[in-house]
Amino acid sequence: MTQTTANFINIGERTNVTGSARFKKMIMEDRFDDALAVARQQVENGAQIIDINMDEGMLDSEAAMIRFLNLIAAEPDIARVPIMIDSSKWNVIEAGLKRVQGKAIVNSISMKEGEEQFLEQARKIKRYGAAAVVMAFDEVGQADTADRKFEICERAYKLLTEKVGFPPEDIIFDPNIFAVATGIEEHNNYAVEFIRACERIKQNLPYAHISGGVSNISFSFRGNEPVREAMHSVFLYHAIKAGMDMGIVNAGQLAIYDDIDPELRELVEDVILNRRDDATERLLEAAERYKGEGGKKREEDLSWREKPVNERITHSLVKGINAYIEEDVEEARHNFERPLHVIEGPLMDGMNVVGDLFGSGKMFLPQVVKSARVMKQAVAYLMPFMEKEKEEMGITDDDAAARILMATVKGDVHDIGKNIVGVVLQCNNFEVIDLGVMQPAEKILEEAKKHKVDIIGLSGLITPSLDEMCYVAAEMERQGFNIPLMIGGATTSQIHTAVKIHPNYKAGQAIYVTDASRAVGVASNLISERKDDYVADIREKYKDLAERHAAGREKKERQTIEGARENRFKIDWKDYKPTKPAFLGTKVFDDYPIDKLVPYIDWTPFFQTWELHGRYPQILDDDKVGEAARSLFEDAQEMLKQMVEEKWLKARAVIGFWPANEIDTDDIELYTGDDRKERLEVFHTLRQQMKRSSSDRANYALSDFIAPKDSGVEDYIGGFCVSTGFGEDDVAKGFKEKNDDYRAILSQALADRLAEAFAEHMHERVRKEFWAYASDEKLSNQDLIEEKYQGIRPAPGYPAQPDHTEKATLFKLLDAEEKIGVKLTESYAMWPGASVSGMYFSHPQSEYFGVGKIERDQVVEYAKRKGMELRVMERWLAPILNYTPGQEPEEEAA
Amino acid sequence: MSHPKTREERIAYLKKEVKERVLILDGAMGTMIQKYKLQEEDYRGERFKNHQSDVKGNNELISLVQPDILREIHLQYYRAGADFAETNTFGATRIAQADYHMEDLAYEMNVESARIAREAADICEKEEPGRVCYVAGVLGPTNRTASISPDVNDPGFRNIDFDRLYEAYKEATKGLIEGGADTIMVETIFDTLNAKAALYAVEDVFEELGFELPIMISGTITDMSGRLLSGQTPEAFWNSVRHVQPFSIGLNCALGAKEMRQHVDTLSRIADTHVSAHPNAGLPNEMGEYDESPEQMAKLVGEFAKSGIVNILGGCCGTTPDHIKAIAEAAKAGKPRAIPQIERRMRLSGLEPFAAD
Repeated sequence: MTQTTANFINIGERTNVTGSARFKKMIMEDRFDDALAVARQQVENGAQIIDINMDEGMLDSEAAMIRFLNLIAAEPDIARVPIMIDSSKWNVIEAGLKRVQGKAIVNSISMKEGEEQFLEQARKIKRYGAAAVVMAFDEVGQADTADRKFEICERAYKLLTEKVGFPPEDIIFDPNIFAVATGIEEHNNYAVEFIRACERIKQNLPYAHISGGVSNISFSFRGNEPVREAMHSVFLYHAIKAGMDMGIVNAGQLAIYDDIDPELRELVEDVILNRRDDATERLLEAAERYKGEGGKKREEDLSWREKPVNERITHSLVKGINAYIEEDVEEARHNFERPLHVIEGPLMDGMNVVGDLFGSGKMFLPQVVKSARVMKQAVAYLMPFMEKEKEEMGITDDDAAARILMATVKGDVHDIGKNIVGVVLQCNNFEVIDLGVMQPAEKILEEAKKHKVDIIGLSGLITPSLDEMCYVAAEMERQGFNIPLMIGGATTSQIHTAVKIHPNYKAGQAIYVTDASRAVGVASNLISERKDDYVADIREKYKDLAERHAAGREKKERQTIEGARENRFKIDWKDYKPTKPAFLGTKVFDDYPIDKLVPYIDWTPFFQTWELHGRYPQILDDDKVGEAARSLFEDAQEMLKQMVEEKWLKARAVIGFWPANEIDTDDIELYTGDDRKERLEVFHTLRQQMKRSSSDRANYALSDFIAPKDSGVEDYIGGFCVSTGFGEDDVAKGFKEKNDDYRAILSQALADRLAEAFAEHMHERVRKEFWAYASDEKLSNQDLIEEKYQGIRPAPGYPAQPDHTEKATLFKLLDAEEKIGVKLTESYAMWPGASVSGMYFSHPQSEYFGVGKIERDQVVEYAKRKGMELRVMERWLAPILNYTPGQEPEEEAA
Repeated sequence: MSHPKTREERIAYLKKEVKERVLILDGAMGTMIQKYKLQEEDYRGERFKNHQSDVKGNNELISLVQPDILREIHLQYYRAGADFAETNTFGATRIAQADYHMEDLAYEMNVESARIAREAADICEKEEPGRVCYVAGVLGPTNRTASISPDVNDPGFRNIDFDRLYEAYKEATKGLIEGGADTIMVETIFDTLNAKAALYAVEDVFEELGFELPIMISGTITDMSGRLLSGQTPEAFWNSVRHVQPFSIGLNCALGAKEMRQHVDTLSRIADTHVSAHPNAGLPNEMGEYDESPEQMAKLVGEFAKSGIVNILGGCCGTTPDHIKAIAEAAKAGKPRAIPQIERRMRLSGLEPFAAD
C-alpha cells in the first residue's frame, strides 16, 4: 500500500468462534489440535497479535478460553506473540487474563453499562497488566457521528487516565466502523465520521491507539471482491493518515492504493469521503464492470461445446452442468461397443477429475454433489440400453463395486450428513444402499447380510444415538460380523468411537469419519489391499486415545452437589417483579407463513452443512470457498423462493406459558393456575459441578433463573415446539427419484434452517408480544444470532439441560403431538426432523451455559427426583457423566 | 534527613540513597544454614517434635524453631556491608509448604522471618550509627508453574492456577508486612504468570492496607537459552510486569555473573526503573558446588557497577558474607546507573516483546 501501513498493527482474526465457522466447529468438537494449527498458521502468516474469542452460546466459553490459552502456552511458535483476549463476557476475559504470562490486550470494555462497571473492569485490567480496547459505546448506545465517537473516547480517556491511572499508551479506541453505500442516506457519511473521529482522537488524546474491523465498511458490496478490496484500501489509506494504527484486517488481501484503477479509485473515494450525492449509485453502476473472475458471468460461454465429446462430458461433470449430458452421453454411446463402456470410460474419467479436484481442495462439497447429479442422470440415461443389452446377451449383474450400507440409527431422524456422504461415495464408485432414518439394529444387520455389504456406515445427530451405535456394534460382534463399521454425525466423535464403540466390536473395526470429504479416503482404505495395516494403525490410535482419555478423566475436578448448590447463581428476587404472559396455557399456530421466517435465517450453519467453513456473509467473498459458496447461495435463494411461493412446506408451532416457581433448589414446579395451588408438572434441571473458586462464576442450573417458591414472587416459564418439516420428506423424495440428490439435500438443509429461523422468530414474538417482557426491543438479525436479547430458550438435550428425557415433560405440557403433529422418537428425537423445541426463561440475568460433566451424587439424586432407575438415568446422561457407571464411589475416589 | 525510625521514613530514605550509590543485597541463605549442619531434630525443635513428616531441609521452619541462628546469619550479612537482608521466606507459601504438611504455618513463617530480619537490622543500625538497614520481604516462586503442564502428555493440564497462587501470595505478603518488611521482593521468577499472580496479590494487599511498599522484581534466566523457564525473553518479561511500576527489576540465581551480564545489560537499557543483579557464585562445578571466590565474583559484578548498568547488587546461591563484603567494596568504585528515559509506547509481550510504533 503506502509507507503509512508499515506501522499498522495486523491482528490475526481466525481464532475466533464468532468470526470463523471453521474454528467454531473445531472448538465445539473439542478438536483443539486443529484449533492450535489455525493459531500457528496465523502467526506464520504474519499476525503480530492473535485475537481469541470463544463467545458461543452452546459452549462453556470460559472453559474453552482457559483450555485454549493453556495449550497455546505449550506452543512456543504461537505463544511468542501477544494475545488479544476477546469476549463480551467479563468472566471470560478475566479467566483469560489469569492464563497468560505475557502482556495481553483485552477486547473489549465500554461504558455501555455505565461508568462504575467500566472503571472497575479497567482497574482490574491494569492490575493484571494488560492493554484494553475501548469501544465508542456508552449508556446511550453505539456512536455513529464523529462528535459522539470523539466525545465518548475523550470521556473514557479522562476516566482511565485520571481515575484509574491507566497508561494512555495502553488504551486502544475502537470508534466503530459501519457499512457505507448501503442505499440509506444516513449511512453515507459513516466513513467520514470515523476518519474525523480518528483525527480528533490522535490530536487530543495523546498516545492512545485506534483500531477497528475494516471489512465492515464494504458489506454492501458482498460478492464483489475487487470493489471491496478497493474500498478497504482507500478507507485504510485515509483512516491511517488520520491516525488509525491497528486493525483486524487481512493485510495480504489489501489492494495497493496506487495500483487501483484510477477510475475505480475515484469512484470509491467519492463513496468513502462522501464527496457527491450520487456516489453510491455511480459506484454501484460501475461495480459490475470490476467484478472480474469472482463474479457471476453475465453471458454464458459455450465455447466448450466445440470440444470432443469426452472433454465435454468431463466439463459437464466438473462444472455440474446437466443441460447437455444426455445429448453427450448419447453421442458417446455410438463411439463405444457397449453402453457400460461409456460409464467406465468418459464418465468415470470425468468423475476421477472431480475426485482429484475435491481431494486437493480445489472443489467443494456442493459442487461435488452437483457433479454427482450429472453422473446419476447420465447413468440413468444409459440404464435402459444396458438392460436391453443384458437381455440380449444374457449377462447377470457383476459385483465389481464395493457396497456400503448406510443408515441413521433407531430413534434418530436426521440424515442430511448421511445423504451427503452417500452421494460423495457414489461419486467414487461405491455402491451405496441407504436404509434411511430410524433404523433398528436388527434391520440394519439383516440388510447388510442380504446385500453382502463390505462396510456399514451409521449416522446420528442426537446424543442418545451414541448409545444406539454402541448397541449396533455389540450386535455385530454377537452375530459374527467382521466388516468395518463407519461412524459419523454431529454428536459422534473420535474419542467416543475409540472409548465406547470400538470395545464393543473387536471382531471388526469401528472407525470415526470426521466429514464427507474424509469418507472416501476411509472407505477406500477399508476395501484396499492395505486394509489390515490401516486397521492396525487405527487400533493403535484408538488404544492410545482411550488410555489418554482414562488418564485425563481424573483431572476433571468436580465438587459435591451440595457444594455446587451453595455456589448456585443467586438472583436478587426482592425487588424483581416478573412480567405475566399475555395468556396462560398453550396457543397453536397452524400453517404459519414461511415468508415471515426467511429474514430470520442464520446462514452460517447452512454453509457448514455443506462443509463450507466461514461466517456468512463474509464467506461469499472468501478467497478459497467464495465461489462455491456464492453459487450454492444462489441455488438456495432460488429454491427458497419456490418453497415459499409453491408452499412446499407447512410450518406449525405451539407455545405455552405457565405459572412456575423453583422448588428444592434444582427443580421448577409448574402450576395449573395462577393461585399456584395445584401442581401441573415439574421440570427437573441439572447443575454444573465444576470446581469454582469463590472469585469465579456460580455453578448454574436452569432453576436458578426462576423465583423460588418461598420468595413469594410469582414467576412464569414458557415452552415451545416449532416445525417446518411437514412436507420435507416428500420434497426430498421427489428430487431423489429424479436423481437430483443435490436438490434433495438442499431442500432438507433449507427446511432445517427454516425451523431454526422459526424458533428465533417465535422467540422474538414471545419477548415482544406474547410474554411481552421486552416489548420495546429492537434488534437486528445479527443481534439475534449473537443472542443479544433478554431471556433464553434452552432445549432439553443441549448444554444447559443435557437430559433429553425432559422433552417428554415439555411435549406433555404443549401436547405437541396432538396439537401440531410433532412426535418424539424413543430416543427423544423430534419428527419431522426440521423441528425445534425448548423452554422460555425471561429473567434478564438468565443466560446460556453448559452443565458440563456431573458427578454420581447428583445423578443418584436426580434419578430419584425423576422417579427413574439409576442405571436408566445413567444411560441417558452417559455423555456427561464424570465417572464410570457401575463402579462404587469409593473406587472412584481412589 | 534525620535518621529514619519508621518504615515510612526508611522507604523515603531508600529512594534517596539508591540515587547516590549502588546498594547491596545480601547473599545466600541456604548456603549459610547448611554450615550449621542441622539435623532433623534441630529443624523440629520442641514445637514440632511430633510433626507427621520429616522436616529436615525446610529452611523456612528455622524462622520458627531456630530464630537465633537466623538472626546471626542476617547480622553477618549486614556487618559484611549488605544494605538489604532478604527474609528467610523463599518457600514460605502455603503452596510450597504443602510438601511438609505445614501450609498452615505459612503466615507465621512470613511474620517471624520479617521480624527477625528487622531485629538484626536494628542491632546493626545501633552498632554503626548513621547506617540504615533495610528488610526485603521475599516472595519465592513456589514449586509449581501456572504456565507449564507437569504432564508431558497433556499440555493443557496445570497443577496450580492463578487464583490459588494469588491466595497464597496474599497471605504471605500480609505476613511480611506485619513482620516489618520495608520492601516486597518477588524473586527467582521462572514463570511470569506465577509472578503476575504474586504482584496482583501484593497490589491488592497494599490497597487493603492503604499504603504501599516498594516492589522489587527479580527473574531467573534458567540457562544459556537466555529465557525464563516459562519461555519469555528478559524484555518480554519486563513488559509483563512493568505495570506495577516496581522499585527495581533484575535477575538472580541460575547463572553466574559472567553469563548473566548480557541480560542485565538488556534490562538496563529498556527498564525505566532501578536494575538489580544477584547472581550465583559462578556455575556449579562437577560436585554441584559453587566455587567462585569472593574476589573473582566481586571483580565481575564490580564491573557491572563501574559500567553503570546496575543500581543494586548482591549474591544468590553459593555466596557468603565474604562474597558480599567483596562485592560491597567493589561496588563503591562504581556509580549507580542513571534511569533512562524510555519512549512511551504500548509494549506488549508473548514469549517475545512487541512494541507498537
